[in-house]
Amino acid sequence: MKKLYKFLVSKLRARKLRRRNRSLMGDMGLTLVLAFFGLFSLFPLIFTVVNAFKPLSEIFIIPPKMTVENPTLNNFFDLATIVESFNVPLSRYIFNTGMITFLGTFGTVLLGSMAAFPLAKYTFPGSKAMSNIIVYALMFNASVTAIPNYLIMSRLGLIDTYWAVILPAVGSTLGLYLMKNFMVQIPDEMLEAAKIDGAGEFKIYWSVVMPLCKPAWITLVILSFQQMWGTTGGVFIYTEELKPVTYVLQQLVSGGISRTGVSSAISFIMLLVPVSVFVLSQSNVIETMATSGVKG
Amino acid sequence: MKKNKEPFSLVWKHHKNKYLLIAPFAIVFLVFTLIPVVVSIVLSFTSFNMVEAPSFNGLSNYINLLVRDDVFLIAIKNTLLFALITGPISYIMCFLFAWMINELPPVPRSIITLVFYAPSISGNAYMIWKLIFSSDTYGWANAWLLKLGFIQSRVMWFETAKYVMPILIVVQLWLSLGVSFLAFIAGLQNVDKSWYEAAAVEGVKNRWQELWYITLPSMKPQLMFGAVMQITGSLSVSQISIDLAGFPSVSYAGHTILTHLHDYGNVRYELGYACTIAVVLFFIMLLCNIIVQKLLRKLG
Repeated sequence: MKKLYKFLVSKLRARKLRRRNRSLMGDMGLTLVLAFFGLFSLFPLIFTVVNAFKPLSEIFIIPPKMTVENPTLNNFFDLATIVESFNVPLSRYIFNTGMITFLGTFGTVLLGSMAAFPLAKYTFPGSKAMSNIIVYALMFNASVTAIPNYLIMSRLGLIDTYWAVILPAVGSTLGLYLMKNFMVQIPDEMLEAAKIDGAGEFKIYWSVVMPLCKPAWITLVILSFQQMWGTTGGVFIYTEELKPVTYVLQQLVSGGISRTGVSSAISFIMLLVPVSVFVLSQSNVIETMATSGVKG
Repeated sequence: MKKNKEPFSLVWKHHKNKYLLIAPFAIVFLVFTLIPVVVSIVLSFTSFNMVEAPSFNGLSNYINLLVRDDVFLIAIKNTLLFALITGPISYIMCFLFAWMINELPPVPRSIITLVFYAPSISGNAYMIWKLIFSSDTYGWANAWLLKLGFIQSRVMWFETAKYVMPILIVVQLWLSLGVSFLAFIAGLQNVDKSWYEAAAVEGVKNRWQELWYITLPSMKPQLMFGAVMQITGSLSVSQISIDLAGFPSVSYAGHTILTHLHDYGNVRYELGYACTIAVVLFFIMLLCNIIVQKLLRKLG
C-alpha cells in the first residue's frame, strides 16, 4: 500500500514538473502543425476508402468528390466475381497471406531478438565482426539478393513454398539491428543482478531483457507484420493456389481505371488488417509504459 | 575473424549460450542474405543470363556501366537528387513528428500516430496518387486546378518529364514515416522519465531545451538506426517510380538505380550486369552512410 502511494505521488510530481516546462502557445502550435500534416497524410487514404463504397456513376464525377452519396457494396461483390475467374477463392489468397505473415512475423521477432541480445550486451570473440556485418547487410536491398536467392532456393527445393518468402525475411537484418539498438540501453546492473540470482543467458534474455524492451519488439511485430502482409510472392511462388492477396491486388490494379472501384475495395480490405494490428499493439505499448511507471 | 589467442574449446565453453542464441538467426542470415550477397558480387564480374553458366569477363561490366551506359548516368543523377531531397527531409520529419506526438496526452497520441503511420502501412494504397495525378480530367489535380482556373487545359502529369520527379518526391515523403518513425516513437517512450524531472530542477525551462539536452542525446541508438534506414530507403526507390511514372518513365525522368537494375535483371535477363548495378548501389549507400554516421557522431 505504502509503495503504491509513493508511486502515485512520484507520478503526480513528475506530471506537475513536466507541465511547468510547457507553454499554452507551444501546445497550440504543435496541435496545429500536427493537424495540418495529419490531413495531408490521411487524405489519399480517405479517398481510397470512400472510393471503395462509391457506385460506378459517382467514381467518374468531375470534379471528384470526397463524399459518397449512395454508398454501395457493389465493388466488393464485383471483386468476388472477378477473383472467381482466377479459379481460386479469395479466402485461399487471404489464408496464404495469413500463414506467411504469421510465420514470418513470429520468426523475425524471435530470431532477431535472440541474436540481438548477446550482440548488444556482451563482447565475445566474433561479436564485433558480426555487428559490423549486420550494419552493412542493412544496405543490401532485397532486389540485390533476389537473383542469387532464387538460385539458392531452387537448390534447396524451396521454390513454390511459403518458406521461400518467409526465410529471407526472417533472416533480414532490420529486426536484429532494431532490437540490438534498444537492448544497448538496458542498464548492465539489471543483467548483473539477474546473473547473481543464478540466471543463465537464456533465462536473462527471456525473463529480463524481453519484458524490458516490449516497445521495441512490438514495433518489430508491427513492421514485420506489415512487410509480410504486403508480399506478392514475387518470383518465388508461382502456383496460383499459394499466391498471396497482394498479387491479386496488383492484377486488379493493372486492369486500369475501369477497375478503380474494385481495386479501391481490395485496397480497403488490405488496409484494414494492418491498421487493426497496429491499433491493438500500439495501445498495448502505451499500456505497458503506463503500468511499468518510471523506469530506471 | 577471431584474433585472440584463446583456443576455440575455451571460447566455446565461456560463450556457448551466446553463440546458441545467435545461431538460428545466423544460419538463416548466412544462407539467405550473406551468401546471396557474395554470389551477387561474384556474378558482377561475369556475363550471366540464367540459362547458360556464367562466363567471367573481368571488369568489363563495371567499365560499361560507368563509361558507356548513358542511361545509368541519368539513373545515378536522379537517385542522388531524389535521396538528397527526401532523405534529410524524411529523417527530420520522422523525428519531429514522433517528438510532437510524444508531447500529446495518451489518447490523441495513439490516434495521431496512426494517422501519420497509416500511409506506410497501406501497401499498394499509394496507387491512389496515380488517380490524383491522372492525365485526364478525372484526375483530382487536373479537375480542381481546371475548376479553380489555375490551368487552361489538363496537365499530363506523368507524361511530362519536369513533373515526374517532384510528384515522386511528394509521394515518397508521404510514405516515408515508416520504420524510423516507429523506432523514434518507441525510443521516446524509452527515455528515462526521471531525467526530465531532474532537468526541470536544474533549470531547464522549455521543451526545446529538454529536446536538445535530454531527448536527443538519450535517443542516439534510434537516431542511428533511423539514419541508416532513411538513407537506404531513399536510395532504393523503384517500385513507386515504376507503378506511378511507368517503366520506362518519360525520357527516363523517374529512372533510378534500382529501376535500372530491374530493367537488366527482370526484363533483359542480363544478370551479371544487373549484379554490377547492385554492387555499385551498395557502395553508394555505404559511402552515404559513412558520411552521415560521421556527422551524427560529431553532433553527440
